[in-house]
Amino acid sequence: MTGYVIRRVVWGIALLIIVCALTFLLFRIIPTGNPAVLRAGRDPQPQLIKEIERVLGLDKSLPTQFWDYIKGVFLHFNFGYSYYSQQSVLSLIRERLPATLSLTLGAAVVWMVAGLSIGIISALKRRTFWDRASMGTALVLISAPEFWLGLLALLLFSNDIGKLHLFPGAGSYVGLTADPLKWFTSLIMPWCVLAAGSAAVFARLMRGSMIETMDEDYIRTARAKGLPERRVIRQGVRSSINPIVTLLALEVGVLLGGAVLIEYVFNIPGVGLLAYHSIVQSDFEVIQGTVLLASMFIIIANIAADIGYAYLDPRVRYS
Amino acid sequence: MAIGGSEALEVSEAAGTQLDFLDLGGQIAARSPLQLFWRRLRQDRVALVSAGFIVLLIVLAVAAPLVIKILGLPGPNVQNLNLTDEFGSPLGPTSGHPFGVDQLGHDVMSRVIYGTRVSLEVGIIGTALSTLIGVFFGLVAGYYRGWVDTVISRMTDVVLSIPLLLLGIGIGAACAVKGCLGGAIQPGLRVIIFLIVFATWPYMARIVRGLVLSLREREFVDASRALGASDARIMVREILPNLTAPIIVFASLQIPSNILIEAALSFLGVGIRPPTASWGQMIASATPIFNTAWWYMVFPGAALLLTVLAFNLLGDGLRDALNPRGAR
Repeated sequence: MTGYVIRRVVWGIALLIIVCALTFLLFRIIPTGNPAVLRAGRDPQPQLIKEIERVLGLDKSLPTQFWDYIKGVFLHFNFGYSYYSQQSVLSLIRERLPATLSLTLGAAVVWMVAGLSIGIISALKRRTFWDRASMGTALVLISAPEFWLGLLALLLFSNDIGKLHLFPGAGSYVGLTADPLKWFTSLIMPWCVLAAGSAAVFARLMRGSMIETMDEDYIRTARAKGLPERRVIRQGVRSSINPIVTLLALEVGVLLGGAVLIEYVFNIPGVGLLAYHSIVQSDFEVIQGTVLLASMFIIIANIAADIGYAYLDPRVRYS
Repeated sequence: MAIGGSEALEVSEAAGTQLDFLDLGGQIAARSPLQLFWRRLRQDRVALVSAGFIVLLIVLAVAAPLVIKILGLPGPNVQNLNLTDEFGSPLGPTSGHPFGVDQLGHDVMSRVIYGTRVSLEVGIIGTALSTLIGVFFGLVAGYYRGWVDTVISRMTDVVLSIPLLLLGIGIGAACAVKGCLGGAIQPGLRVIIFLIVFATWPYMARIVRGLVLSLREREFVDASRALGASDARIMVREILPNLTAPIIVFASLQIPSNILIEAALSFLGVGIRPPTASWGQMIASATPIFNTAWWYMVFPGAALLLTVLAFNLLGDGLRDALNPRGAR
């Protein structure tokens, strides 16, 4: 087990360095615009552009720039500086991280609880009206663009412009420490909308896995032994949830991407909204920082899922 | 559905054809896998309706100018400022403009019809290219194993750990003004397709690799090698035909997700830009006024939902028809 964990963590760190290199290259090579020109404002003097290039280190060779960037990221946790506000990218992200964490962690809870329980119930009540209705709804939720669902939810349920005045509308987010109750109510709609697609995907996966498990011989044996149905189901759930665990981590990326859209629609001042505003201002350094940070989350989540899976299923450790 | 029943029927028929072999006067012909697939798909009403809907969409996209003329709608870029009130707010659905108009006086219905083009182009071209690349790398990795496999698998790890939407925002923004890679990739449709291909080929590569790893150990591969077939021939002529079903199923489910990616990127303003009509971009420009002009937001979104749903249902139907053992 220790060997497996070490191997997994070492590859995770290597992956981080490669992703860092890739984002650096993509954002240095692909844009046709010169960041120094973007930063200099309207009608800049050539002198000024030269000066900015020198300050940003853009006059150095590409490998030197790359080395400086990697050193900054891994030794000082420095992701560069915003072209627009001159603030460090890390401090910009740190300011907005609580809102994004509130949104994504809450959505993750809704996603797992709703997705897995609906999947299990559907599998047990296979081919009933409940099963067909919930799987049909799941397919609609998978097919709907989440930003559109968000707008629709606002149009129907927000307490300012909605048809039914149920929940606080866009821009009502407050920090958890400022007002816990308001924090909770303002996030109900964003949580549900962000979780909808992923929950639907996992309800379908869980249903499939559970149906397969419940047809296994050992479940029949358990029933034949006279175990109460509750314990049979618990056993079925335990073994059908295992293959789903590794897929959970893959969905973290989807959730982080979705957070950009949902923060924009519900006007939640999180990292996603920061990324959105950075597009408008062509602030590549900030976008690059958010991409890198999100990748770190995904890589860590993947390692955690793999180790969790290895813990649950000993066969994985040796492959 | 009726799959269990039809399967039993096919088993008995298969037995019949075997007996037929002995009875030379028999009239029952053996069925090819394609015929079996078609028989199963024909019984899946949901999948057929979805396929019909998709054909309709393709016709709409190809014949958009004609359809609009028949419906008596103005073109997608015809502005008529008489259709907004004195405050500049657009007017809602009327008989002349069934889906209403937008802030600039464009007819929403005709823009929704033109928007079909972008969604289908992105869905189909993007999926085709990423499937091609994914299948190639998957085949090579699974067949050669060793360091080739290690390099390709690590490449998929790298790409899959970058969040697509955030990367898309970055690249989309970088390419939005003058195009990127020195103008090789022009803003708009090409950037979106480039992004989709870049970010989605690893899924297909992983699936194909896993299947090839087990297929390459089978006897027919040994037999082919014993006959002196080259590696390329074994991969393309022996292994690839066995992968058709999973490739079709996965690609058909990739199309709807690519359509949604395009919509999200256009919604964030880094994808398709006006005046080209795209559903995601329409929802974006509807966002500032969606509480008063609900029609401008609702109709493009509903078009997206129905299109993606149809592709998903067809994909599910194809999966069931190609893999009758799967539980439903």
